Amino acid sequence: MYTLMTTISLWAIPSLICFILIYGVLKKIPVYEMFVDGAKDGFNTAIQIIPHLVGMMVAVSIFRASGALDHFLHIITPLLSILHIPSEVVPLGMIRPISGAGSLAIVTDLIEQYGPDSFLGRLASTMQGSTDTTLYVLTVYFGAVGVRKIRYALKVGLWADFAGAVASIIIVTLVFG
Amino acid sequence: MVNYIWLGLIVIGIVVAAIEGNLEAINEAAFEGAKTGVTICFGLISVLVFWLGMMKIAEASGLLQKLTRALYPLARFLFPDVPKDHPAMGYILSNMSANLFGLGNAATPMGIKAMEELQKLNPHKEQASSSMITLMALNTSSITLIPTTIIAIRMNFGSANAVEIVGTTLFATFCSTLVAITLDRWYRYRER
Repeated sequence: MYTLMTTISLWAIPSLICFILIYGVLKKIPVYEMFVDGAKDGFNTAIQIIPHLVGMMVAVSIFRASGALDHFLHIITPLLSILHIPSEVVPLGMIRPISGAGSLAIVTDLIEQYGPDSFLGRLASTMQGSTDTTLYVLTVYFGAVGVRKIRYALKVGLWADFAGAVASIIIVTLVFG
Repeated sequence: MVNYIWLGLIVIGIVVAAIEGNLEAINEAAFEGAKTGVTICFGLISVLVFWLGMMKIAEASGLLQKLTRALYPLARFLFPDVPKDHPAMGYILSNMSANLFGLGNAATPMGIKAMEELQKLNPHKEQASSSMITLMALNTSSITLIPTTIIAIRMNFGSANAVEIVGTTLFATFCSTLVAITLDRWYRYRER
């Protein structure tokens, strides 16, 4: 099973590249010129994201380093244990939408501490894989086009993260519990 | 709302640090954070340049339009405001396919390009259009068939069956995507 999956992911990008190029040549497209033409925009787009991402990363970094995050988790964890949410994964659930690197560090820590095949190890793995870092996606995607008012985007993203976390707890309890 | 979250993270952080006499940590963290932001963007330059080049070939050769036509029913359901043959549709669908197959570094450039195309259709340039929010929602809840990073970490720590979480992850990611799409729809019509 695992070898099959690694083989697929190993082949996915090379075959996609090949396919795009061969299809382009068959349709008589000047592939190299087209590539350069499209690639030109990449640099400016990336540069445009810098102010947005720097702003967000500074805020997240300050909040984490100040100890405010730990206090917050300290307060909220007992509340969530009432709802039968294992307190060990609460920090993960809270940090997942804010910081991708931060949540990955927590997952690695949980897996190391409890073992990958423990209930908590499986739960942490499932939670990490089930959603992406909302704040990052939001900053990068809207930053790239210079949109300032994002309307209900954050609400949708955060509720989806919440649903992902709850669904993880339910399914892991049912399957492995 | 982002204004308040941003302000809140910084001000609460500084106040807590001041109370605990931990202000040096803030000085360091602020510039560490800024550096991380720039580093991520510089990392994005290479993937953006490469994939936007490849996607231009796919667009010029008509491959993107083929993909759009194949997945049109799904695309029309999710993005009713985008005209049928608009290039945005092709980029949106390639972004979704790249996410699905776990091609993380290809998904972001395609998503950003889709955002740029959607911005051309957007009547209020400063404000996110409904289609943009739908695209963002699909990306934050990202359906992934193979969570490669997590599998690698599990293997590292000697899991007996590193891929056993694929099924549970798929279920959870499906739920979060379902909630994202439903809420997106709800807000979209409520705000009208």
